Amino acid sequence: MNKISTTVSAVALMISGAAFAEPQAEVLHWWTSGGEAKSVAVLQQEFADNGGTWTDMPVAGGGGDAAMQALRARVLAGNAPTAVQLKGPAIQEWYEEGVLADISAVAEAQGWADVLPESIAGHMKCEGSWCAAPVNVHRVDWIWANADVLESNGIAMPTSWDEFNAAAKKLQAAGIIPLAHGGQAWQDATVFEAVALGILGADGYRKAFVDLDQETLTSPAMVAVFDQMRMMRGFVDPNFPGRDWNLATAMVMNGEAAFQIMGDWAKGEFLAAGKAPGDDFLCASTPGEGFLYNVDSFAMFSVDGDDKQAGQALLAELIVGKNFQKVFNLNKGSIPARTDVSLDEFDSCATLSSDEMAASNEGGSLLPSYAHGMALRGAQSGAITDVVTQHFNSDMSSEDAVAALWASVANSL
Amino acid sequence: MKFLEDHLPKIMLAPSFVAVLVFVYGFIAWTAWVSLTKSRLLPKYEIEGFLQYDRLFASLRWDTAFSNLFLFGALFIGISMVLGLVLAIFLDQNIRTEGAIRTIYLYPMALSMIVTGTAWKWILNPGLGLEAMVRGWGFENFTFDWLVNPDMAIYTVVIAAIWQSSGFVMALFLAGLRSVDGEIIKAAQIDGIPSWRIYSAIIIPAMAPIFLSAFIVLAHLAIKSFDLVIALTGGGPGFATDLPATYMFAMAFSRGDIGQAASSAMVMMMVVFAIVVPYLYSELRAKNG
Repeated sequence: MNKISTTVSAVALMISGAAFAEPQAEVLHWWTSGGEAKSVAVLQQEFADNGGTWTDMPVAGGGGDAAMQALRARVLAGNAPTAVQLKGPAIQEWYEEGVLADISAVAEAQGWADVLPESIAGHMKCEGSWCAAPVNVHRVDWIWANADVLESNGIAMPTSWDEFNAAAKKLQAAGIIPLAHGGQAWQDATVFEAVALGILGADGYRKAFVDLDQETLTSPAMVAVFDQMRMMRGFVDPNFPGRDWNLATAMVMNGEAAFQIMGDWAKGEFLAAGKAPGDDFLCASTPGEGFLYNVDSFAMFSVDGDDKQAGQALLAELIVGKNFQKVFNLNKGSIPARTDVSLDEFDSCATLSSDEMAASNEGGSLLPSYAHGMALRGAQSGAITDVVTQHFNSDMSSEDAVAALWASVANSL
Repeated sequence: MKFLEDHLPKIMLAPSFVAVLVFVYGFIAWTAWVSLTKSRLLPKYEIEGFLQYDRLFASLRWDTAFSNLFLFGALFIGISMVLGLVLAIFLDQNIRTEGAIRTIYLYPMALSMIVTGTAWKWILNPGLGLEAMVRGWGFENFTFDWLVNPDMAIYTVVIAAIWQSSGFVMALFLAGLRSVDGEIIKAAQIDGIPSWRIYSAIIIPAMAPIFLSAFIVLAHLAIKSFDLVIALTGGGPGFATDLPATYMFAMAFSRGDIGQAASSAMVMMMVVFAIVVPYLYSELRAKNG
């Protein structure tokens, strides 16, 4: 293997005829499970085909927490990896520590600004210069449903929260769990932000969860959001605490439950079980205007040496390249971050996601997901989640929850 | 040679002394320093005062975690000791299968907390475990949903922790019972004193040092409890079963709020000191006196 890659790179060097060193990249990521590992292997192969040497640094565990620990140790030791799987405001946080590289040269040569939606491109820039490369777009505000269950109960996909509540009550009367949910803080937050987007609207959502505007966070509309969360709590089976999200997806699959509110990684579970979108399961955006995205990306850290910098540039180019964007997202269930990739091989849910992303981008309602660390820094989003999960798992009143919400956010600043 | 003879013990001890100085006390000092700063993602060293402690005590979640520590600690230590003592006294009655029973009771100690937590998570899950089983027997109204009930979930952590540790406490107490002078007990029996009086007035008071050791061992287990909560409830429902250790972990490693994590670590350490210092003091005084 090693010999082959050396030969390939030697050939590449000869062809290019340039005098620069062999591109090298050390990549820290936590894509270690089946489909994800396969997706990373695609990138690794492409990198090798272009004459680079890839040093893989997978750190599994804790949804990236373990990888962040490894990163912190490496940065403190003054030996940062070339590229690190980072997303959202965490990129800016590391930039402020003064450890990120500027990859504007690649970004401008490749015309990233023309092919990426503006609000997503914003996350990849640090004070105007490009410092990260986006991999995919997960939509978070999806509602998944079992097609047979809906049909046999005469229910259509809800387009407003009132419709959802009515449908849920009907299902409950028929002995079906209306909402499959796992009681883990991040899942509570996922449902919460979908409800908040529906009730507050795109502007209200932005003010509350991007700008942390006190007026919006303490408004009567926010009380209504918590009221709806209290309704949702009634639609969940009593055995939900601690359940993993994929088990909740399985409940929808086998008809035990009707709906699940979850990002499009849930689609991967349906597809893996041989279910077809449209026939066996349905996908739709949760009631309300807008699109909540969760974009995975690689942040580029400053490294010394021509070989490493060449590797970084090559890596950035490949990540945003059309081929990788297509293959990776086919494997992972998300959609490409760049808008000019053909979606012929993608399923109907992905096409829907892509169409709505384009529409909401124009309408100004393409918004970052707070529950998945795209909108706020860890301390603030954690402070909100604390209150959301506390309210969902107790008999706290909505007014108390709103008061606690602001107190908690203020305390985290 | 003479020099070496005189100083060999010191030379031998020096490396471990230095290691403890740096890795224990040095890092305690470092944490104390960081807890006074505004560190977020990476440690910073400009002192800002007691800001992090103000934030800590204003946090709803820390409130829950801190009061859980005392609730969990008191119940876990108290019940483990009582249960351990009762088991030890029963085993002390010269029964035939003592060896086998002792091994069975001691066995949970051989498991890691993660295994204990996972096993009890399944046993206590209303849809899978005890509740489902009893309902399956026909008792349709049987409810045991502590694991998913935010008000009761902390008690499931207590149950699992007691299951794990009471056998160990039993072994400690059994050793203590055996070390009490048999002559005194025989003398008391000849005087016709009932056996509950022998235990309460003679044997248990003679075991006071064992109680202290058991208490110290259990107290530090309680304060550093982390893996059991993570495996059993993940801190949930909500954050109803958070303990200071899980709070600290969340702040340091998931939220990038190192200053806050350091301040919670310092508070945990002060709780440990509050327990250990009186113990050390009484030990040292006993030796010197």
